[in-house]
Amino acid sequence: MSELDLAGHVVELVRRLAGPDAQAEVVVTRADLALTRFANSFIHQNVAESATAVRLRLHADGRTAAGSGSLVDPDGLAALVERTLAATRLAPTDPAWPGLTPSTPVPAGAPVDEATAAASPDERAARVRAFVDAVEGLEAAGYCRTAHRSAAFANSAGHSAVGRSAEAAMDGIARAGGADGVARHCADRLADLDGGALGARAAAKARAAADPVELPPGRYEVVLEPAAVADLLDNLAWYGFNGKRYAERQSFAEPGAAQFDPALTLVDDPLHASGLPYDLEGTPRRALTLVEAGTTAAVAHDRRSGAEAGTGSTGHGMPGGSTFGPLPHNVRLLPGDGPVEVAAGPLSAGVTGAVADPDTAALVAGMSRGLLVSDFWYTRVLDAKQLVVTGLTRNGVWLVEDGVPTRAVRDFRFTESYPRAMGPGRVLGLGRSPVRQPDRVDGFWWETPALRLASWNFTGGASG
Amino acid sequence: MTGFDAATAAVQAALDAGARYADARVMHRRYESMSARNGDIEELTQDESIGLGVRALVGSSWGFHAVPELSDAAARDAGRRAAAIATASARVPGPPIDLVPVEATVASWASGCKVDPLGVPLSDKGDLLVRATATMREHGADLAEGLYQIWDTAKWFVSSEGHRVDQRIRECGGGISATSIGDGETQRRSYPSYRGQYGTTGWELVTSLDLAAHAARIAEESRELLTAPECPSGETDLILGGEQLALQIHESVGHAIELDRILGWEAAFAGTSWLDLTRLGTLRYGSELMNVTIDPTIPGALGSFGFDDEGSPAVKRDAVREGRWVGVLAGRDSAAVAGLDYGGSVRADGWARLPMVRMTNVGLEPGPHTLDEIIAATDDGVLMDLNRSWSIDDKRLNFQFGCEVGWEVKKGRRGRMLRNPTYTGIGPTFWRSMDMLSSEIVPWGTPNCGKGQPGQTGHTGHPAAPARFRNVRVGVRA
Repeated sequence: MSELDLAGHVVELVRRLAGPDAQAEVVVTRADLALTRFANSFIHQNVAESATAVRLRLHADGRTAAGSGSLVDPDGLAALVERTLAATRLAPTDPAWPGLTPSTPVPAGAPVDEATAAASPDERAARVRAFVDAVEGLEAAGYCRTAHRSAAFANSAGHSAVGRSAEAAMDGIARAGGADGVARHCADRLADLDGGALGARAAAKARAAADPVELPPGRYEVVLEPAAVADLLDNLAWYGFNGKRYAERQSFAEPGAAQFDPALTLVDDPLHASGLPYDLEGTPRRALTLVEAGTTAAVAHDRRSGAEAGTGSTGHGMPGGSTFGPLPHNVRLLPGDGPVEVAAGPLSAGVTGAVADPDTAALVAGMSRGLLVSDFWYTRVLDAKQLVVTGLTRNGVWLVEDGVPTRAVRDFRFTESYPRAMGPGRVLGLGRSPVRQPDRVDGFWWETPALRLASWNFTGGASG
Repeated sequence: MTGFDAATAAVQAALDAGARYADARVMHRRYESMSARNGDIEELTQDESIGLGVRALVGSSWGFHAVPELSDAAARDAGRRAAAIATASARVPGPPIDLVPVEATVASWASGCKVDPLGVPLSDKGDLLVRATATMREHGADLAEGLYQIWDTAKWFVSSEGHRVDQRIRECGGGISATSIGDGETQRRSYPSYRGQYGTTGWELVTSLDLAAHAARIAEESRELLTAPECPSGETDLILGGEQLALQIHESVGHAIELDRILGWEAAFAGTSWLDLTRLGTLRYGSELMNVTIDPTIPGALGSFGFDDEGSPAVKRDAVREGRWVGVLAGRDSAAVAGLDYGGSVRADGWARLPMVRMTNVGLEPGPHTLDEIIAATDDGVLMDLNRSWSIDDKRLNFQFGCEVGWEVKKGRRGRMLRNPTYTGIGPTFWRSMDMLSSEIVPWGTPNCGKGQPGQTGHTGHPAAPARFRNVRVGVRA
């Protein structure tokens, strides 16, 4: 039975058991997820999962409940409907129920690379082999993963949708004498992941990170590489452009206000890469401009938060979203268009030194004194409204003097308001070569070039 | 097929495909959560998931495959696939793998449960959250939230060494929080902790929390925080409440003593550890008051079980004794690499996930004092409680924690409430500065410990009590 057949079958079961007035929405997802992990330069964990999940949300007699399960035989589906219906009858009333998505055209998603969808453990291991070989004797650690999802949506309002997605990602470090260098890449096709190039990049950065010095805390100008910028986008998405937090007045976002530097345009762009073309509630997904040339333009909504805000859903319904809110999770920081010379792609091999690509080199070249930061780690929000975040640098920091990285620097702890750091007049440069960064789960990604900021507040050295 | 039948078929198929060791775990988990906001139910979710995960060791390489079916054919296919994945792992081989010996056991175990949490009527559970959140709104909270979660898990474990273990673990818990929104900032108070209190127990745990009784207080305190003075900045004596100390233990002791981190197996993601195995038994981790145990046998604590997910029985061990580092959290393969003779701390968060080194109950043994005695003995300091934010470096050394609330302590008395309290330090320096520890131990449950790729959410327990630390840097600001 296809995913759409399964979803339709569950809707029909609801109609039969709960009557024609019950409102039901069903998502069926088949997932083949595989991940090959390596550490100390060998594959130490290698996993694969084939799973089917059925999610039913039911609204009847003014009450709502959701159920999900892994059992897709007739008995399992019937049990899912029966227990969700029972939960609905016992649940308290839900006066804020936003109703079902009406029948709406859903765009075709990006093409699915069948080779990635069917990737074998040998293909992932081959990329790990290439990464390990490229670090030339340094210790290597990381993963190569592939994901394939085939899904369908159906609701009792007559709306349905289908979609597939495939994604591959590789994330690895090389270690040299206690210093780590990192390389990450997320792509629609496993064939686009070059384990050798990533390993060479990580190794060059690790070697350049050796023998770090400790610098005093304080405010420094910074060039943030894409891995570090991804953390900014992630936190902005969770705490700023989250429609529920916005409705609760817990977000800094003020649509219409020039809250960011004019150089910044942020777009949540789910159709830019492989992904399902609709959300958990069946709402078609589309590009949503969050920041237009520095002016906050929108926040993300699912049906519930969109109804509360009076704007409607933007296609950001997601599991758990009614608790933690609808999140943009395919955010692109659009690259700059200034006169920056880009000689090669950002993941080219043949890298030497801390600056691993011409895009970053162009930003570093303009900095008289500051820090080049590869990556952020363990960032946590101290104040949600101002989005004040503390965290640490990781995988390499360098002092830049007169446009040249001169010394590796020990990791810092920082405490910084993200929107303030990216505020008007604070962006001194933006790269032209965006790199897609993977998140912890497939389907979430952040695409960004390197970013030069006027000031970043480092509050202490990580050694004390 | 029964869980044992499916697991046995998977193990046999992996062996037939060339594995020299295999184990399989069938899990059937029912999950329920409900959240409320401002007097209304926000979400009610129920999930039921059944599946099988099989692990195969071919030569010196591991493979793992998981499927949501328990038919004989599906189980055998999963076993074969696990062996094939292990064979692919050999393209990038590592050192030889041994497993420390564990006696093959045939056993059953169940956690204690007086009131079946899934048997309590949903309307009763909803009323509890609605009443508590409505009370918080009435007392000034801009955002009043409540949550409970229930997990009911049955597992059947079989290994090629002869294990045949089934377990039933029921876990539940919940809590409430009140957020007040001021001019450009938010302040939050929670009860009984950031996400609530959890344990391997029945609904009696949630009942005992009496959430509604604390609703008005935390709402009023969240508003009071908006106008409270900022926590001062500088070095001072720091008294931590038990809930915050539980997280301090989790982050700066529990993760640091995970053997897979020490061996570098988590280097790229979760990180490594500052600990060096050559100093196991001699390293001074903290003051002599510091006695930390790894104890999955504590009745009702969230990190308790009868057997871990490798079939090793739950055993209490020392991690830190009188301030000296003496033990680690280990699995059978990591222990063998390290030359240790015990595992017992390996778990997975579901049938589709690979078992890995996880905290069980990692906590402090009690000290001789009470919180009141600690405050009375403090001339000038800050008391902080209930975690608000947590961040620690990838070696588990440098940390910065924010708490929901602080209070001045002057001349042995608790004084004004302080807002935005934070403290920062280096793990061993911090633990060596602990000079007073309370006897008021509570086994705090942490249901959200993230680790591993693909990500896993672990359930851990942390017995902790209030304690005092000398000369700690507090009040770090942006």
